[in-house]
Amino acid sequence: MNYLYLVKRTAIALLSVFIVASVVFGVTTLLPGSAANIVLGTEATEEAVQQVNEDLGLDRPLMVQYIDFVVGVFTGDFGESLISGQPVMEMVWQRLLRTLQLAFVATLISVVTAIPLGILAAAKRDTIFDHLTTSGSYIGLSIPSFVSATLLLLFLTTPPLALFPKGGYVSISEGVIPWLHHLLLPALAMNTIILAYVLRQTRSSMVDTLESDYIRTARLKGVAERNVLFKHGLRNGLLPTVTVLALNFGWMMGSVVIIEQIFAFPGMGELIVQAIDNRDLPVIQAGILVPTIAFIFANFLADIIYSMLDPRISLGE
Amino acid sequence: MATNNSTQNESSRFEVPPIVWKLLNNRRIVIGMSLLAPIVLVAILGETIAPYDPTATHVADRYAGPGGKFILGTDHLGRDLLSRIILGGRTSLLLGFGATALALTLGVPIGLTAGYAKGRVDEVLMRIMDIIMSVPTLLLGLLILVVLPSNIINVVMAIGVVYAPRIARVTRSATLSVSEEEYVMAAKARGESRPYILFREILPNVTGPIVVEGSVRVGYAIMIGTSLSFLGLGTGPPNPDWGFMISTAREHIYQTPWFLIWPSIALLLTVMATNLIGDGLRDVLDPRETGDLS
Repeated sequence: MNYLYLVKRTAIALLSVFIVASVVFGVTTLLPGSAANIVLGTEATEEAVQQVNEDLGLDRPLMVQYIDFVVGVFTGDFGESLISGQPVMEMVWQRLLRTLQLAFVATLISVVTAIPLGILAAAKRDTIFDHLTTSGSYIGLSIPSFVSATLLLLFLTTPPLALFPKGGYVSISEGVIPWLHHLLLPALAMNTIILAYVLRQTRSSMVDTLESDYIRTARLKGVAERNVLFKHGLRNGLLPTVTVLALNFGWMMGSVVIIEQIFAFPGMGELIVQAIDNRDLPVIQAGILVPTIAFIFANFLADIIYSMLDPRISLGE
Repeated sequence: MATNNSTQNESSRFEVPPIVWKLLNNRRIVIGMSLLAPIVLVAILGETIAPYDPTATHVADRYAGPGGKFILGTDHLGRDLLSRIILGGRTSLLLGFGATALALTLGVPIGLTAGYAKGRVDEVLMRIMDIIMSVPTLLLGLLILVVLPSNIINVVMAIGVVYAPRIARVTRSATLSVSEEEYVMAAKARGESRPYILFREILPNVTGPIVVEGSVRVGYAIMIGTSLSFLGLGTGPPNPDWGFMISTAREHIYQTPWFLIWPSIALLLTVMATNLIGDGLRDVLDPRETGDLS
């Protein structure tokens, strides 16, 4: 493990958090009258605007506000909700955990469905199965998650096919089965695009791998086809797919805003939409920053793990 | 698939560039174009072919099914769905192409500068792009539209800003690989200005990857745009808009499923068409896969 790399990578992650915090601060408070506009809407009276500015501490010097905000971000203090007066971090934390569970189940679905399908499609290249999965993945890639979520909700939660609950969340402490039962449908809906993408990615990297010399050698040596595919092919064909899964974590963090809204899932996404409706500025700021920081952290972890697996990796490209 | 036969056309007066044949030989591009062309045409014609005023309500004919007086049926206010889908398509396409154009305008110069300057400038610019990309796209779009009033110009601006860093990245890596070429060196030796070198010497030689990235972005921009209007932060009623139509249709699903189905199909076909074209262009112009979905 290269310690210099670790130090540099940590510095970059911290810098990223700092800059994203500055951007969010900039957008929500520096734009003319914007903070008050978020709270009051665009057609507010002078007096109301002034009152809000006082309440939010926006009448203080800009530099003081900025330092206060950034220090808050790094110490996990986003202030209090304008609506409930509750500390924002308390509201965010529980919901973040729920959303992460959703993202986890979604990733799990990709791993157990899209990857095997992609491998099979590559193995049975140019058969009907391959054509079906490829065209299926085209449709999957073109469905925005709000459409797939609405359709899944329509067909799988109402009779005659009421297989899943209409929404909500059940804690895992009440049993794994009810927990999963509530998570599966939103996870699937959030995932249609990623599923299709992972399937395609797996297929194309497996096709490349299966055409490589060492696979040919293995076949010539008389290794059974199943072992060629799963032992020799999989290990190399899967690496790009893992990268895709990691990258798409950020995409999931965005699409939960839609999915949670549709499935009444009490997570981060629903909190953000509520906060926007209520014009609850501190919650909006945290709602955008916390998933972003989670994503920065996930990337940081992925890079560190890669560098441990492959010592050649350094920061230069 | 048929082979490329540009030689056939030597007798004709106009020289068709070989790239056109290559593009026309790509199945994905042909399918994508034959899907997208009618959609674009219908969106341009708009009011002239829409059977009804898309905002006119026909109270007596609420929740009408397809067939009859209203070809695709009506919505909860008795507005003609076909007309609303035709004009909603105009909004979606404007969003998709407008936002992509803006992303290109912002991203290409940044990418060219970073890739050509290298060193510290490159490092700083690309680090900033990476950081902007670390904000999930939909959240960044939301952030911008929470501050700015929701109208089509601001939605285009929000999505354009969201996608500019991706364009910058692609432009930069293509620029890196051509910036050591002899013609760039020659222009430098002639004492040409930096903008001249960037836009006249380098840009024409990196258009392939940029066009590919741009075409892929159109579909994603339409998805993000309709997602934002689904959340009520889009172009806003009473303008017809597929995302907002779908979100309204959810509440009337038991009265008329068609209200939900038609705009979903329209959206699916449009995004699929742009995806097919983007993939086809990638096959022809820039055969590399990227791993980033958003």
